Amino acid sequence: MSLQIDRSAHMEFSSAGDDHFEQMLKPCGDRVPNALNDPWVNDLSEEDLADLYTDMVVIRRLDTEATALQRQGELALWPPLLGQEASQVGAARAMQKDDFVFPSYRESGVMVLRGVNPTDLMRVWRGSSATSWNPYDMNVASPQIIIGAQTHHAVGYAMGLAMDGVDAAAVSFFGDGATSQGDVNEAMVFAATYHAPAVFFCQNNHWAISEPVGLQSQTHIAERARGFGIPAVRVDGNDVLAVLAVTRRALDQARNGGGPFFIEAVTYRMGPHTTADDPTRYRDQAELEHWKERDPLDRLSKYLEKSGADMEAIQRRAQEAADKIAAVVRKELKETVEPTPRNLFENVYVNEHPRINEQRDHYGAYLEQFGETLDGTQAGA
Amino acid sequence: MTALQKTEKLGKTTFGGALNAGLRAALANDPKVLLMGEDIGKLGGVFRITDGLQAEFGEHRVLDSPLAESGIIGTAVGLAYRGYRPVPEIQFDGFVYPAFDQIVSQVAKIHYRTGGAVTIPMTIRIPFGGGIGSPEHHSESPEAYFVHTPGLRVVSPSSPAEAYWMIQDAIACEDPVIFFEPKRHYHDKQDLTGIEEGKDRLPLGAARVAREGEHVTLVSYGSLVKTCLNVATAAEDEGISIEVIDLRSLSPIDFGTIEASVRKTGRLVIAHEAALTGGLGAEIATGVTERCFHYLEHAPVRVTGWDLPYPPSKLEKHHVPDLDRILDGVDRALDRPNSYSRFEGK
Repeated sequence: MSLQIDRSAHMEFSSAGDDHFEQMLKPCGDRVPNALNDPWVNDLSEEDLADLYTDMVVIRRLDTEATALQRQGELALWPPLLGQEASQVGAARAMQKDDFVFPSYRESGVMVLRGVNPTDLMRVWRGSSATSWNPYDMNVASPQIIIGAQTHHAVGYAMGLAMDGVDAAAVSFFGDGATSQGDVNEAMVFAATYHAPAVFFCQNNHWAISEPVGLQSQTHIAERARGFGIPAVRVDGNDVLAVLAVTRRALDQARNGGGPFFIEAVTYRMGPHTTADDPTRYRDQAELEHWKERDPLDRLSKYLEKSGADMEAIQRRAQEAADKIAAVVRKELKETVEPTPRNLFENVYVNEHPRINEQRDHYGAYLEQFGETLDGTQAGA
Repeated sequence: MTALQKTEKLGKTTFGGALNAGLRAALANDPKVLLMGEDIGKLGGVFRITDGLQAEFGEHRVLDSPLAESGIIGTAVGLAYRGYRPVPEIQFDGFVYPAFDQIVSQVAKIHYRTGGAVTIPMTIRIPFGGGIGSPEHHSESPEAYFVHTPGLRVVSPSSPAEAYWMIQDAIACEDPVIFFEPKRHYHDKQDLTGIEEGKDRLPLGAARVAREGEHVTLVSYGSLVKTCLNVATAAEDEGISIEVIDLRSLSPIDFGTIEASVRKTGRLVIAHEAALTGGLGAEIATGVTERCFHYLEHAPVRVTGWDLPYPPSKLEKHHVPDLDRILDGVDRALDRPNSYSRFEGK
């Protein structure tokens, strides 16, 4: 016997077709009837579909703008979501205001659609602040960098919702790599045990930096959730309609006392892990080409076109919205008021803390030797 | 603190009973307080600290949790996000490490990360220390890891009276608190009659002069405070007057109280069960030296557990500082003959 390492397991690229997940829009834009999911999106008008398209165009534009801003030195780092727009738009648009989101760092699309100012979000990646928004303003926790840690927080929050008698759910977002973490598995135990209104939203984008999903799981990720007693759906994560339908279903179940739900959205990270990564070192160009044919924006565009919508007008409007927000973000980011040394010492504790105060005052005295102050100004200025 | 607060009349009470009464008061006075942990409900905890609380407050206030420490703390973070005031129990000191990431990366940092928007008023109860003849992982003193983590407060009561108020003050604190309970004193008894009047109640961050003295300042916390008081009594026979300081708060350390004492005595001994290297003794010795070096008649002395994994229980009496080893440290601080004498000048 020898040690076997199967890196290629469960790569959609190596699979025969797209029929092993729930799908409503084929890559060619054809609508696939789905008795279970259709009722959850029947209310959508052509205008609603055009809005979903605009969302995806805007999210993609913000993402490419952020990557460009990183290249220009305005951001220290950026984790692109390119290719995952349908998963994030579908999930975010399925939620209601009372639902609470616990995102990872790659959910910029979800965060922005929940109301987070994209400039505030980018300031985190600029290094100007830890989080620039109050999580309770739009029910979005600060993005989590420790892989999978936020799944516990969502389950705890969901338990709180249930105890408070609020008909809402908590949704955690994480990737395929996170499913190997103990925390994600423990969170599923807690969610199942307490029947918590928690939705686990896994974007299986096939890559955890350089490691393919086969190194994380030798079965479909959704299968694992079922082992915890949590109903799970494997959905085409590049199909915004299917993601919206499935997430609505999951949230409805959670809100109505049905307990937790697990969604594996099968998608693809078309860009690098972050702007510091070089995916050409570990993956084939052919794989990227395969996924480009399954682009989430193209298929909704094709479907709208086939349905007789004025796609040219829709695209123009979407483009205008994207250009506008990108320009605002670029302008606001450059106008960022950078934090002062005083901010360094703030909010470590709620209550007064003698050590922090001592160290702040000491540093202030140190700065004064150079004619500077804790407030970032010249002393006496 | 309002007049509506419920308190029960206590008489002669064990350390565990005082904690139980404090937890009961916290549950009764704030509907957002939740207890969670392994075996804390039906069983009342392996040390019975939560005995009867689930029956009294229901299984939604006192939750038996799955056997997963990271899950207990992580779930409590989510409950705190939702406005609850969770009081998770880690069953034994050596079991806290699976939750280390949630404590250090989440509990300690969320207030800072969110610019003060989210508070985590969580009290993590951990029975700690040795002396009860337990197997591996049941007798550790991991406090330095948490003292080293900005964003956490760390406290340890040393008596039933301290336990009664400190658990309530920790739960009422808006910051996360790691609450170390000296498990070998759980059965110690003290008359708590009238304690509900709060006469000797100190703020959570304050040290207490447990016994006044003139010649040496002896600082300790948790399980060794009682030993240190016995040390002071024993030394009295030889005409040595020891001032014993119960640290109570390990983070932040109340240096004001220690410094005032050392300025008076000129000599400092610190005792703890935890290993020497990187322990609280190093922090206290340095902090005092920085503050009042010229008042010191002798270098600060540390009497601690050795730098070892906690040993098998038949050896623990050689590991945990006892009365004689602390007296030996006091002798050293007083330049009297002691176990270090033969090393001096070499």
